[in-house]
Amino acid sequence: MHFLTELKEGLLISFRAIRANKMRSVLTTLGIVIGIVSVTLMSTAIEGVNRAFDKSAKAFGTDVLYIEKFPWVNSEDWASIRNRRDLKASYAAQIERKSSFADAVAPVMATRRPVTYLSNTIDDGLVTGTTSEYSSAAGVTVEDGRFFNAEESGGGRPVCAIGATVAENLFPKEDPIGKTLRVAGHPFTVVGVFEKQGGLFGEFTSDTRIYVPLVAFQSFFGGRRYVTIQVKVSDIKRMEDAKIELEGVMRTIRNILPGKANDFNINQQEILTQTFAPISLVIASIGLFITGLSLFVGGIGIMNIMFVSVTERTKEIGIRKAIGAPRRSILMQFLSESAALCLMGGLIGLIVSYPLSLIVDQFLPTSMPLSIVFISILISLTVGVISGFLPAYRAARMDPVEALRYE
Amino acid sequence: MSTMIELKNITKMYDMGGAEEVHALQGVSVTLQKNEYVAIMGPSGSGKSTLMNIIGCLDTPTSGQYIFNGVNVSEMSDNELARVRNREIGFVFQTFNLLARSDALHNVELPLIYAGTPAAERRRKAMETLTSVGLGDRARHKPNELSGGQRQRVAVARALVTSPSIILADEPTGNLDTKTGEEIMILLEELHRLGNTIILVTHEADIAEHAHRVIRIRDGKVESDESNGHRRTYKTAAHAS
Repeated sequence: MHFLTELKEGLLISFRAIRANKMRSVLTTLGIVIGIVSVTLMSTAIEGVNRAFDKSAKAFGTDVLYIEKFPWVNSEDWASIRNRRDLKASYAAQIERKSSFADAVAPVMATRRPVTYLSNTIDDGLVTGTTSEYSSAAGVTVEDGRFFNAEESGGGRPVCAIGATVAENLFPKEDPIGKTLRVAGHPFTVVGVFEKQGGLFGEFTSDTRIYVPLVAFQSFFGGRRYVTIQVKVSDIKRMEDAKIELEGVMRTIRNILPGKANDFNINQQEILTQTFAPISLVIASIGLFITGLSLFVGGIGIMNIMFVSVTERTKEIGIRKAIGAPRRSILMQFLSESAALCLMGGLIGLIVSYPLSLIVDQFLPTSMPLSIVFISILISLTVGVISGFLPAYRAARMDPVEALRYE
Repeated sequence: MSTMIELKNITKMYDMGGAEEVHALQGVSVTLQKNEYVAIMGPSGSGKSTLMNIIGCLDTPTSGQYIFNGVNVSEMSDNELARVRNREIGFVFQTFNLLARSDALHNVELPLIYAGTPAAERRRKAMETLTSVGLGDRARHKPNELSGGQRQRVAVARALVTSPSIILADEPTGNLDTKTGEEIMILLEELHRLGNTIILVTHEADIAEHAHRVIRIRDGKVESDESNGHRRTYKTAAHAS
């Protein structure tokens, strides 16, 4: 019943005390401000890394399997896999025929070549040869125009679809559709532009790629290259079955005898997420631990100044006790003072870190998670209560006679 | 008349570290009635401050019994004593002991906050009490904006606001000039006339003269305890409420 009255009184006293010692309060609070700023910025950065990862991972498509010579995440002994036979682009057609789960199968190979349009040049454009099936086997959508069709693909016509970054660099002021760019001197007409993907793994996004029909690619740039065969599975719930079936199909194509190990890998997005999750957890824990230290230092500052405050106000404590303040009220008074100080620090910290998070956003697309706002407020309150406790307890236990005598 | 305070063979011992002990009180037995006006006198070091602290429930005796209003307070816990101080005892100190950063009204309200009185009633009572000591127009002034006499009257209002059983005034005029000191004594007399029990602790004989009964303390013992036949009174009631 008294609790609210006491809390209100405690807060009133705190604000009066904080106002009376403005400079000291500001300096003390600075520790908490810095702590909260570093914790929120770290969380924002971690959020950015996670988002970038999610976005990148999404580009692979959750329902797409990637048959390759090597695994994405190297779990096997490199020596045992380095001598594997190359994959052939022609497997794609065989897989499509033999697999019941495959919706679309696209062989993909790539090389770096200069790409030019008028005076604009990309020195090492990621030129990618594939078939028209790619448009359904890839996790990306064409934003403008279209992907090349089966006819263009089969006939090896000089057409291409380009990623968003390529479009920005080569055609800063024009609509790329219908324009003819040159890849290592060979003309290709742009028929489509992909939607921007962003993400961490520059190599894997469509943003920096120039897609040309595989037939044209092979004749201009050669066909003995690292091949990835992308298989879009018709039923996402049966990815495992599809994987088992594909393994069988591949073993048949490659004539692998029973008992012999596979000389290829079937990769999928899940492998990346599974690999990244623990790494991201470790980064987050270490980051938050280190920034948490600064908050801890801030808390010590608060404790220190609260001890000073209690000593300074010994007489006041004596007066309050003499006129009947129970221990609890005195405890509450100083606890609410340190909690108010820290809360103030936390709020200032949030106000400071918000614009800083916008700056972080320029480099790593992210935003301050809403949850961190509430967590910061909660953390600063907790720091306030914890670091205020010892000084407040000392105040509460003071002997009224001695406190009154204090000058 | 009913018994308000009963001290039975009270001793207080301070441990000064090592084997050294100070016997501040050595078996004090005193009984005070309701609506008495008592002065406790004694030179410094006599133990009168210790006695006041015990009567005021700021401290507990080493041995002996203290019955306050029929309740044994000598073995109460800190928080129980705080409650007795809050409800039953009004302190008036030599150095006023007001909260410097709070205005007069808030200072008077303070005991009611710890008593858990609702805000509106608190304000009303505090204002009423301030007015009764003649400071209704100074409610919003901070202690440093008030004269010594006014500060002491705020302190008296603070002591009165909970309608305590006793008012314990420790050298209430010690920091005031003769004229303002006199004003405070008139105020105490007035309060006594209105039915309050007043205990005045002082070392000045002419201040003690206002009381109806004078208890002298020396070396931790009651030296004398007699009613004051030739007490000084003020005929004019300066601040009738």
